[in-house]
Amino acid sequence: MTHYDEMMAKKNQIMHSAIGIDYDDFEQEGIAFDYERMMKETGYTLEELQKIQAEFFVGNTPILEMTNLTALARKLAPEGYGARIFIKDEATNPSGSFKARRASIAVHEARKRGYKGLIAATSGNYGAGVASLAAKAGLECIVVQETYDSRHVGQPEIVEKARACEAYGAEVLQLSVGPELFYKFLQLLEDTGYFNASLYTPFGIAGVETLGYEIAMQMREQYGKDPEVVVVTNAGGGNLTGTARGLIKAGALNTKIVAASVDLSGLHMASDGDFNRKSFTTGHTGFGVPFCTNPDRSDVPRSAARPLRYIDEYYTIRQGEVFFMTEALANLEGLERGPAGNTSLAVAFSLAQKMKEDEIILVQETEYTGAGKHLNPQLSFARDNGIEIFFGDPKDEVPGKNIILPKDPSLIEAQPLDMDGLKRSYLRNQINKKGSKDFGERELEYLREEMNVDQAQLEEFLKEF
Amino acid sequence: MEKVKKGTWVRIHAVALGVADRAANIPEDTRSVPLEQWTKGRLLEDASMGDEVQVKTACGRIATGNLVEVNPQYELNYGKLVPELIEIGESLRGMLWREDK
Repeated sequence: MTHYDEMMAKKNQIMHSAIGIDYDDFEQEGIAFDYERMMKETGYTLEELQKIQAEFFVGNTPILEMTNLTALARKLAPEGYGARIFIKDEATNPSGSFKARRASIAVHEARKRGYKGLIAATSGNYGAGVASLAAKAGLECIVVQETYDSRHVGQPEIVEKARACEAYGAEVLQLSVGPELFYKFLQLLEDTGYFNASLYTPFGIAGVETLGYEIAMQMREQYGKDPEVVVVTNAGGGNLTGTARGLIKAGALNTKIVAASVDLSGLHMASDGDFNRKSFTTGHTGFGVPFCTNPDRSDVPRSAARPLRYIDEYYTIRQGEVFFMTEALANLEGLERGPAGNTSLAVAFSLAQKMKEDEIILVQETEYTGAGKHLNPQLSFARDNGIEIFFGDPKDEVPGKNIILPKDPSLIEAQPLDMDGLKRSYLRNQINKKGSKDFGERELEYLREEMNVDQAQLEEFLKEF
Repeated sequence: MEKVKKGTWVRIHAVALGVADRAANIPEDTRSVPLEQWTKGRLLEDASMGDEVQVKTACGRIATGNLVEVNPQYELNYGKLVPELIEIGESLRGMLWREDK
């Protein structure tokens, strides 16, 4: 057995002591487990979440109306079309993104249960979120991130994230490309006895429920209604799951949940050679699609992020279109944010043109920007890595080869992903897991919940296998 | 070579997994190189560049690796100007604010 295999064999035991959740307790017949009971018994009520987040100065972020982006969308839309575009300015959280919401609950849980520190395996904003709130709570923090390719060239956005984490007093262990990051993560958990601040525990998801809840409450108070559409940038599914659950808890049952991911099709997420050929390190299809169709591929036995249960529609958008909208946000609204967090903004700009003028489409996050993260260094870095950047039709963009900036904003067009295709892949994964499609009663009920379908629809899907 | 003093803030490098120890189901280009790691901390003993050393990291953990950088700096910047971005801004402001004047 290699060191790697030895460590992986100890995975369940290490995870149990580093999270404190007995996941076996929620297992049911075959492939099924009791998701809602897991969320209830290991999570927090909305009131408790709000109280914890208030203590960390997290949440209650403003909602801003993008009047100029709306005006631009209306110039491109047919008469009477062009929904009002709003953003929830999550960049105003400590550490500059909605990830502070998830981190606050993990840090609270770790402190309450007497852990001396937390470890997060993340190259993104979540690391900064955990580091920042661990600093506030007086806990130690280690962030493990995938930073460099084998030439020791770092992705600028990830290098910036390391700087932010270190600014908050965390240790940042930086690795070269490879999924064995998980091996180092387990080793550190075992060596330190720290809490696993996984993005996928019930704490990590519940922390986002306040975001969805605030959207409904703020919009009702300021504009007298719930938004018709909320657009969520989707990667691991936690942002979407938490936001949707929060909206449901607020009774906003008619709000359509739209997922948005940057189209990085063709690039392999574990490839050393592809690592620095992508200009988005998250919010892309390389995470968004596999985590939808197989949510339990995360770093915990049962992920609390289950996006397929909540997505009404799913759109992809290209890198060049998101960069264009990032520039538009700065030039027309006076807000420097993102770019990665603007994935949902670019999708919203496109969808708004198909909605009526009196309707509301809300983008549920923004993120901070700065050296490395900003769109100029990202594009400059891409150009240095041989990616062609030019004006044209974004439909011709090939991830890893070029980034096509729309030569006109009318060319920005979100592309629908086939939801039935995603549900079919999900079902295929579950059939493979079970080894047959001979599901028991509770398993069928579980599949209906997971795929968000009724019995007749499920039977149609099952016929295909 | 001048010794780096004990207590100095440094960056260290180590191989986390050699090529033979890498996971099976990863792309060939990734499997053909070692998994490398870097961290930072205070040097526990005087040392020279390249020496195998121990450091105490920000969280108080003792880590081992080869000394590669003293007072490690952030080399982040905003990159070379991408002139297309200037053009996007000009054209958008033109569309919204200047066209009708």
